[in-house]
Amino acid sequence: MSDYLKNGYLTLEDISPPDMERLEKGPVAVIECVQEIPCNPCSDSCHRGAITMKTSINDRPDIDYKLCNGCGICVANCPGLAIFLIDQSYSETEALVGLPYEFLPLPEAGEKVMLLSRQGEVCGEGVVQKVRNTRAMDRTPIVFISMRKDLAMTVRFFRR
Amino acid sequence: MRIDEHPILKFERGKQIQFVCDGKPIEAFEGETIAAALHAAGIKTLSHSVKEGRPRGFFCAIGKCSSCMMQVNGVPNVKTCMVLAEQDMEVTSQTGWGKLGQVDARQDYNRKKIPVIETEIAIVGAGPAGLSAALYASRFGAKCMVFEENTQVGGQLIKQTHMFFGSKDHHAKVRGIDIGQKLIDGLNENVQVLTGTPVVGYYPDKELAVIKDRRLTIIKAEKVIVATGASENMLSFPNNDLPGVYGAGAVQTLMNVSGILPGKNMLMIGAGNIGVIVAYQLLQAGVKVEAVLEALPTIGAYQVHASKLRRCGIPILTRHTIKRAFGDGKVEGATIVELDDNWQEIPGTERDVQVDTICLSVGLKPTTEIFEMAGCTMAVIPELGGEIPVRGHNMMTSVDGVYVAGDASSIEEASSAMLEGRMAGLDAVEKLKGVSEEISKEKQHVKDSLDELRAGPFGEKIRQGEAKLEEACK
Ligand SMILES: Cc1cc2nc3c(=O)[nH]c(=O)nc-3n(C[C@H](O)[C@H](O)[C@H](O)COP(=O)(O)OP(=O)(O)OC[C@H]3O[C@@H](n4cnc5c(N)ncnc54)[C@H](O)[C@@H]3O)c2cc1C
Ligand code: SF4
Ligand code: SF4
Ligand code: FES
Repeated sequence: MSDYLKNGYLTLEDISPPDMERLEKGPVAVIECVQEIPCNPCSDSCHRGAITMKTSINDRPDIDYKLCNGCGICVANCPGLAIFLIDQSYSETEALVGLPYEFLPLPEAGEKVMLLSRQGEVCGEGVVQKVRNTRAMDRTPIVFISMRKDLAMTVRFFRR
Repeated sequence: MRIDEHPILKFERGKQIQFVCDGKPIEAFEGETIAAALHAAGIKTLSHSVKEGRPRGFFCAIGKCSSCMMQVNGVPNVKTCMVLAEQDMEVTSQTGWGKLGQVDARQDYNRKKIPVIETEIAIVGAGPAGLSAALYASRFGAKCMVFEENTQVGGQLIKQTHMFFGSKDHHAKVRGIDIGQKLIDGLNENVQVLTGTPVVGYYPDKELAVIKDRRLTIIKAEKVIVATGASENMLSFPNNDLPGVYGAGAVQTLMNVSGILPGKNMLMIGAGNIGVIVAYQLLQAGVKVEAVLEALPTIGAYQVHASKLRRCGIPILTRHTIKRAFGDGKVEGATIVELDDNWQEIPGTERDVQVDTICLSVGLKPTTEIFEMAGCTMAVIPELGGEIPVRGHNMMTSVDGVYVAGDASSIEEASSAMLEGRMAGLDAVEKLKGVSEEISKEKQHVKDSLDELRAGPFGEKIRQGEAKLEEACK
């Protein structure tokens, strides 16, 4: 376990991301919520039953990467903004990462942005490919950004 | 400094009006409080203190701290955070106690007979707890009156732009602002909600003194449910009374209810859920957050809340505190310092940050005056927020027919406040209308839900507090 209680951010060792084989198959959700908190909209919202809680709403969400098809419904439903979409199959060299983004103004497709890590440090540059923002998402749009494949598990925010 | 665009909120402002403050014309919008309109006009000093004449701004913005009192149309000691601005109003900043001057108080109150209104259940406070009590008591046929001192219904919910935690049953993933509306939409014709109507006194047996339409009115009720919420704790440090030191709730009220920026750059004190959430809301509104300080060695907020703030690049400094605020008549900065494991300041770690606002989020304490007036047995239980009325599982206090619910009974969450309100409403209606299978089933469901909510590691403190409360009941 990292020192998230002291500094507020997780590191890769706190999460168990999908293996390379699954990642290369197409989009998948990665959940970064490690405490036992009374909350369950993620599992409640997934139509495919990919996210489960063992017994009570205080359990940590468990995701079955084989069932998840990366549809993104859970992303806008998570009050912790703790779910991200990773698509390593996006192109030969690039991955597409979907981030929940509750700020204005929303970026536009084609815009270059600075990529930020879990601790808010600049770690590269990416290009916004699309912004999904439907009514059902209730003001939590998802911004999809293309970036170098090796950055996909590092980048969790961006700056314009 | 009004907010025009916001990712979550739309501000529908009323008609533009003008009033006068210390001889200066002030532009305001209908529906805005005097204090909010003055803040938008850049006026942060509202009064001067009684003894030292030190400048005072507002602090709580919910009518609880009295630091915003001014003279309005000749009437002194008006809490300007609670009173709406009106066209041609005359507002003067006040030094010390204020003078009554030309006002004939008798004309307003004494000459007419005090009106008396009867109801089955009187509910004090229209936050999630009070509204849930009304919702469930009325569903089973009780006539309820809800008294709310604020001009808006919803309590703390009207400022919460984020999605709430919990499960579907507690409106999880719905934004706080929308939960309030859902509760209000669910009320039936048995419920009357009166806003701008503070409860100022309790008389035996279950009579409330309320100020309704500027007149003292007596409410005679068969059951009373008190859901008055909580008020913010202060932190002591030099210059903590400078205008620009605000409670987190006040910052939220200004920014999310009135649509006014509380400042340009902010220092947040306290990294519990509220501190971290409000810091994030400040970013959403366009305020620069310098840092969040936390004296404890670990962050109290949920990891997911802390993480979403950190990835925006905002530092959360544990084992840090504020040493002093500084500024000439208003906040211009703060000195922060690191603490060692024995809570002692580490010499040489002091540094100054330039901020125009300091936001305190260092805990809440239950609002309990009415219980004291009613003669309820009180107990001090730190895990539940301090002094609270002793009560049973059905939320009834030691005074028969007087109930407590929500933050007034323990500082917790809206989800538990709604459940406690529901329990109080159900028990009150059961005692009024008789036991039914349906009510018993509902009560059991509420009890199970509360137990489930509090079952995790974050519920431990509450569980300890509940155990102490049970001891106190014996
Ligand atoms: C920043 C922040 C974030 C939060 N996030 C969450 C969250 O994600 N999930 C969650 O579940 N909870 C959350 N909460 C907590 C939640 O908002 C409170 O626990 C809840 O509002 C308590 O409800 P209540 O009805 O007891 O009190 P309140 O909401 O405080 O309502 C009390 C009402 O009583 C009125 N009143 C007081 N005295 C009188 C009087 N004498 N006469 C008439 N009226 C009176 C007040 O004006 C107020 O409207 C958050 C709180 C804050 C501040
Ligand atoms: S992305 Fe879609 S399928 Fe995958 S966990 Fe979320 S809701 Fe379920
Ligand atoms: S909805 Fe989000 S915050 Fe809540 S349990 Fe699921 S992942 Fe965690
Ligand atoms: S009473 Fe108005 S700011 Fe506290």
